[in-house]
Order: sequence, then structure tokens, then C-alpha cells
Amino acid sequence: MKLITAIIKPFKLDEVRESLSALGVQGMTVTEVKGYGRQKGHTEIYRGAEYAVSFLPKLKIEVAVKSEMLDAVIDAITSKAKTGQIGDGKIFVTPLEQVVRIRTGETDGDAL
Amino acid sequence: MKIESLKKAGHATLAGLGMLALTAGMAWAQEAAAAPVPDKGDTAWMLVSTVLVLLMIVPGLALFYGGLVRSKNMLSVLTQVLVVSCIVMVVWALWGYSMAFTSGGSLDKFVGGFSKALLKGVDTTTVVETFSRGVVIPEIVFVAFQMTFAAITTALVIGGFAERMKFSAICLFSVLWPTLVYFPMAHMVWWWPGPEFASTNTADATVAGAGMIWAYGALDFAGGTVVHINAGIAALVGAILVGKRIGYKHEAMAPHSLTLTMVGASLLWVGWFGFNAGSNLESNGYAGLAMLNTFLATAAAGIAWPAFEWLLKGKPSLLGAASGVVAGLVAITPAAGFAGPMGAIVLGLIVSPLCLFFVSVVKNKLGYDDSLDVFGVHAVGGIIGAIATGILVDPALGGAGIVDYTAGGAAVYPGLVPQVIAQAKGVLTTIVWSGVGSLIVFGLIKLTIGLRAKEEVEREGLDIAEHGERAYNM
Repeated sequence: MKLITAIIKPFKLDEVRESLSALGVQGMTVTEVKGYGRQKGHTEIYRGAEYAVSFLPKLKIEVAVKSEMLDAVIDAITSKAKTGQIGDGKIFVTPLEQVVRIRTGETDGDAL
Repeated sequence: MKIESLKKAGHATLAGLGMLALTAGMAWAQEAAAAPVPDKGDTAWMLVSTVLVLLMIVPGLALFYGGLVRSKNMLSVLTQVLVVSCIVMVVWALWGYSMAFTSGGSLDKFVGGFSKALLKGVDTTTVVETFSRGVVIPEIVFVAFQMTFAAITTALVIGGFAERMKFSAICLFSVLWPTLVYFPMAHMVWWWPGPEFASTNTADATVAGAGMIWAYGALDFAGGTVVHINAGIAALVGAILVGKRIGYKHEAMAPHSLTLTMVGASLLWVGWFGFNAGSNLESNGYAGLAMLNTFLATAAAGIAWPAFEWLLKGKPSLLGAASGVVAGLVAITPAAGFAGPMGAIVLGLIVSPLCLFFVSVVKNKLGYDDSLDVFGVHAVGGIIGAIATGILVDPALGGAGIVDYTAGGAAVYPGLVPQVIAQAKGVLTTIVWSGVGSLIVFGLIKLTIGLRAKEEVEREGLDIAEHGERAYNM
């Protein structure tokens, strides 16, 4: 099993969610986050005051999947979250040791 | 006289001396049995104008200011504007009205006396003169109308030191500052013997019974000096004495909600019709002129500010448009019933780039922390408006002229140089009075209970530390 953590542009969420649903992914966690990468930030001017905004708003989505689905999920996120502009985000994949569904006590593959 | 006055009057002057200030001016109450009866239309308009000015303060000014601070201080600004206004209203009834609008005896050039303290003698039968001979409104309405001016002026000041002054200091300020600075200023600009006296006495006698700035012949229709320059200078003095916010120039202090700032600026604009057109004290064509000018100068300034930003910085901003609107409102305040509509547009186009220059270049050079640019918008815009009033009132430029009671109500203009000099004297007197008076007030508070919130309070935000609440729970 793998945990996929993807940082994407906020307005890409719906497309990504739809494509993952189509693949049979059963759940997803979304968090509003701020950060920076190569996109850096931008400058905001309020009357005479200029502020460098170095952390930009992004969404972090977390999806746990069976290992055999990994490539398809990565493909789906990559194709749907892509604009071709700097700042499209990143995907991180980590191994997942154990999963438990709280309601039933099911574990691992049955719990995904 | 009322019908005649539709043509020329509304505003008085004395020829020869080339002057006269008038605005929400006032005259001695007439108590004689033969006194004229208030017109119901005038009275109705003044009742409406009074609540329109209240709308400027709450929620207008409160939201305009509140949107500009960080979210941790939003509630403190709302509380300050609301409570300061409440305190000033009570103080106004206790001694403020009397200090502004009664004779001060030997100090009459500067301040009134206490003969109407606790509103003694003011009831539903007493009246005050407007600017036309033989026209009066109920005194009790005038008390309420002028009360809102005292309240908004004091509330405007707190924008200079938002996000760091402690609430107890602000409460003390809202008693001391109007008493020492605002009430005398209102007396100096708006206290005069009235049109009946001016029509039947020499110009010298009229001037002798008027406040100092009125006697200069300085024109101030709705309070450019008393309200805006006065508040702007006080805000600057307060900002300097309390010191800069922690992290000023190092940390981001971006406005937390320009949405609310836009709502507030818009409510200010709506309420300002009570402020400017209401200052005519009569419901007639001059009130209409003040209303149209309050649209046009504001619109021109609301175009010019973002236009200059677009040219100079690449992007037209909402805060720029809102700031332009406020700067235009400030600038047209002294000129509202004096300038012509085209003059008002020119004034609006001029004031925005100058205020923009002030808040973005001069402020950064000098390094003071006037949190919400009260000085840069209200004092600077007020000074530009006050000086421009002396030019735009010229009938040759489409202005309304100055009404001369001693010449039967003719509209006159003493010429550009004498009128601008009179305006400049009014501005300088305001700067000195407000500067010195505010220094005394803030100095006294600093030496006694202190001005500034503790460092940890400022860092945490005044909302939770001072008021035990937060503006947003989500």
C-alpha cells in the first residue's frame, strides 16, 4: 500500500477528484496549505506598503491506495493537475504499513 | 428673505472684508416671541442628515478601518470606533455643545462658555439661525447634528494609532481631546453672530462676535478644517507619541479584509451626503449643489487614484479606489456648497495623486507609522480641499460665490489672493491648534496611564488580550 501526498493548485481539485473516483479510489483527504517552491511568491501593494508574499495557497491531497493502483493514480493526478505553468505542484509517495477502518475494524486492503 | 435667498444666499459674507466662513455654522439662538418658525422641510432634512452622519461612523468608518487592520485587531478597531463615538456623544451633551456654540466672553475668539452646559435652556421651542436671514431650525436638531460631527472627528483620529494603543488610553482620549481640541476648533470656525445680525450691523461688529477662523474670512462649508485637517494632525501626533507598531516595515501588515473596507468606504460615501449637504442647514438648491459635488469630486478622485496606481505601479487596486473615494470626500467637504460641479471634478482629480504620493512616498521617507493613513488622506486631502475652496468658489470658475449680507445677499468674490490667504490662515491655525492641543492630550495620557498596550498584548492581538473576544470564530 502507498500513501500519495500531492500538492496541487486549488482550482484543480475537482478535476483530480473526478479522475480518481473514476479509477475506483474510495477516499481522499484535502487540506488547505501554504508553501513555496520554484514559483516563489509575489508582491502585494497596499497603498504605500509593499509586502512580499512568499507562501502561496495550495491544496494538499492525501490518498491511500493499493500498490498496484499507484501508477494509474499518479498518472491521473499528473494529467489533471497540470497547467504547464510553474507552480503546478508535486506528488510524494510513501510506503504505508497499516490501515484500519475505525467503524468495522477491517484492516489494510479491505479498509481502503 | 427665504425666497430671495433661493437665488443667492445660503451662505453669507461681508464684502469689504472679503470673507466669511460658514458651514455648519450657527447663530445665536433666538428666543424672542417674534422669532421665525422653523420650516418643516428644513427640519426634516436636518433630521435625516443627522442619522446619515451616524451611518458614516457606525458602521461606515468602523468597517473601513476594521478591514484595513490585521484580523487579530479587527474587533478592537470596531470597539474603539463604537465606544469613542458613544463617549463623545455624551460629552457633547454635557459640555461640548456649550463650548462650541455659546459665547465664550473674553475667550470668545477661541472657545465658547458653559452657559448651555448639560444643554441648559435648549428645548423644543428654541431655534438657531441657518445661513439665510429669517430662516431657523430647531436648536435641538442642531445639537444632534453637530454632535455627530464631534463623534466622527474623534473616531477618525484612532486610525492613526490602530493596532497598538490600549483601550483605556483611547477612552481617556475621547473625553480629553474633544474638550481641548475639537470643541474650541468648532467654535473658531463655526461660531458667528448669524445672518440677522450681519444684515443689520457693520461687518466689523459681525467679525468681532465671531470665532477666530471665521473672522479670517476662511470658507469651510462642512468641516474640512474642523473635522479632517484636525483629525489628521491629531492622528499623526498620536501615532508619533505612541510609537510604531512592533514589526512595522519588517512584518506583513496587510489589510485583513478589503471587502469590509469597500463596504465601509461606500457607507461613508452615502453618509457623507448628510455631512456635506446637511451642513447647508436648509433643504434648498445649495444643499443640492453640495450633494452633486459630493458625487462628482468623489467619483473623479475614485477614478484618479487607481488610474495613477495603474500608471505607476502596474495595477489599479480596490484599496486605491476606496482610498480615492475617501480622499475625494475629504477634499470636497470644505468646498461642497461653494465649488461648481466642474470645479468639484477638477478637485477630485487633483487630490488623489497628491494623497497617493503622500501615503506611498512621503510616509515611507519620514518613517512614522500612521497605521491607516489618517494624516495622509484626511489632513493632506483636507488641506488641498481647504485651499482649493478659496479658488473654486470664484463665480468665474463656476463657483457659487460668497453671499454678502451687507450688500443685500449678493454673491461676491474678494479675489483669488485674499481668499486663498484667508483659507491658508485657517489651515495654519488648525494645524497649530490641533498639533499643540493633541500633543498636550496624548502627552498627558502617556505620562499618567500610558498610551501603549503591552508588547505581548500587541503581539497576540488587541482583540483577545484587551477585549476577551475575537472578531471571527471559524
